[in-house]
Amino acid sequence: MRATAWTALGDETAEDVASMDTTIREILADSGWLAVDVAALSDGDDLYAAGLTSHGSVNLMLALEERFDIEFPEQLLRRRTFESIAAIREAVTGLRNGTAGA
Amino acid sequence: MSPPLLRRARDAGLDVAARHADAVDRDARFPTEAFAALKAAGLLGAMVPRDFGGEGATLADIAAVCHELAQHCPSTGMIYAMHQIQVACVVQHGQQSAWHRTLLERLAAEQLLLASATTEAGIGGDVRSSSCAVEASGGRFRLEKNASVISYGEAADGILVTARRTPDSPASDQVIVAVLKDDCRLEQTVGWDTLGMRGTCSMGYRLSAEAGIEQILPLPYADISARTMLPTTHILWASMWLGIATDAVGRARAFVRSEARRKPGATPPGALRLAEATTMLNQMRASIVGAVRQYEEALGDADRLTSMGFAVAMNTLKVGAAQTLVRIVEQALLVCGLNGYRNDSEYSVARHLRDAHSAPLMISNDRILGNTANLLLVHKDTMGLFG
Ligand SMILES: Cc1cc2nc3c(=O)[nH]c(=O)nc-3n(C[C@H](O)[C@H](O)[C@H](O)COP(=O)(O)OP(=O)(O)OC[C@H]3O[C@@H](n4cnc5c(N)ncnc54)[C@H](O)[C@@H]3O)c2cc1C
Repeated sequence: MRATAWTALGDETAEDVASMDTTIREILADSGWLAVDVAALSDGDDLYAAGLTSHGSVNLMLALEERFDIEFPEQLLRRRTFESIAAIREAVTGLRNGTAGA
Repeated sequence: MSPPLLRRARDAGLDVAARHADAVDRDARFPTEAFAALKAAGLLGAMVPRDFGGEGATLADIAAVCHELAQHCPSTGMIYAMHQIQVACVVQHGQQSAWHRTLLERLAAEQLLLASATTEAGIGGDVRSSSCAVEASGGRFRLEKNASVISYGEAADGILVTARRTPDSPASDQVIVAVLKDDCRLEQTVGWDTLGMRGTCSMGYRLSAEAGIEQILPLPYADISARTMLPTTHILWASMWLGIATDAVGRARAFVRSEARRKPGATPPGALRLAEATTMLNQMRASIVGAVRQYEEALGDADRLTSMGFAVAMNTLKVGAAQTLVRIVEQALLVCGLNGYRNDSEYSVARHLRDAHSAPLMISNDRILGNTANLLLVHKDTMGLFG
């Protein structure tokens, strides 16, 4: 399933960013990988401190790949990529724009 | 100037550790004599950087020492390996903290011995989860851990303990703290009368510590684990296991040679199995050398060290080395036959076999395979032949 609002690659509008944030938060909330309420987290909060495990981050990645129709390249498969909602958004945006890992 | 590290290790291994290895195993006692010799030779603090009074030995140097010591007394080799894993964590992640800089100086000057308390009752070998927590107040903290295994806890001068960051933290949000002998009380909960690795004295304890919050290593344990503890553990354990395998194959070779001498002209039947065991030994050695190279290339690059590819590489080293060790010793036993099975023969591999069986359990291979299987859902192998 591909979110149509993002099919035009390039400059994300503020709305796109907000919508992507919502989707990332939905994935996190549905998963049960975090030990805290996602609504209580700010964009920059450390997800690992919120209970995200290595096992959880793999599943998070799979869910992001499915939802955004992207594939994480090997160089993004590291701890830092999934450390916060902002970091995830940056990685996903980069992949959608073809600038990931640059 | 003192002789090179490996020479000093060989001397301590041959002259001291080997002489007491049977008693250490039989009585399940700490290898006191071997550790006195290792301290006297300055081998405990060897990895401490020169700026702090150590020798700045590399992980490769230390791996070679583990391999050497384990050929003479596996318990000595394993204790040495476990100590150096803790030292590596302080060397890599303690230098920006004043308290840990002093600890580094003491490790070099006093040749302190460090133990590890990661395993916890109810959690087992899942090192990335804790139930106990650091309770901080007014610059001090308290910590109670039902630590089901702490090797050489009584002989150690300090222990690195994992715990949740705060009583409200999730199980995976851990820190690691260095507590010294005077900071903690150990109340034994379970003994260590085991099949092998008997000299490691890996008893269970209720650990109660009270110390300054500056003793908590600043980086989250998740990072310390991925960047240093996991790779150094698997590399040093595997190196030490290679030492057990090397000695078992050495005995099998000696047995085959003595057979060959008795009947010149006819290759003894065990020679073929010896060749097989040697093939596995070389594979095991190559996998360790490859992992050490990968670690040294990634050293200092946090992104590479916390990448999934690196974790997969270190996990597979551990699982492979543990499995291969057991198979090599079993082959050596088949070569030597009853002479290998006897405890009192010069070709005995009985202790080797008992010690070897700890390897797949020490952080269960199944647990590590499960973890690797999870990483493989997303990891892609993009490595060339030479990395
Ligand atoms: C010689 C020796 C010295 C040690 N020294 C120390 C020390 O100094 N400090 C320290 O903290 N610890 C130490 N340990 C403990 C070690 O690190 C492991 O924690 C311990 O061996 C695991 O114990 P366990 O098998 O009871 O627990 P578990 O890990 O709980 O395993 C129990 C069983 O369950 C299975 N299992 C459990 N979970 C999974 C899973 N997710 N997937 C598949 N299978 C699973 C395993 O295969 C195993 O058969 C030492 C162990 C040994 C053998």
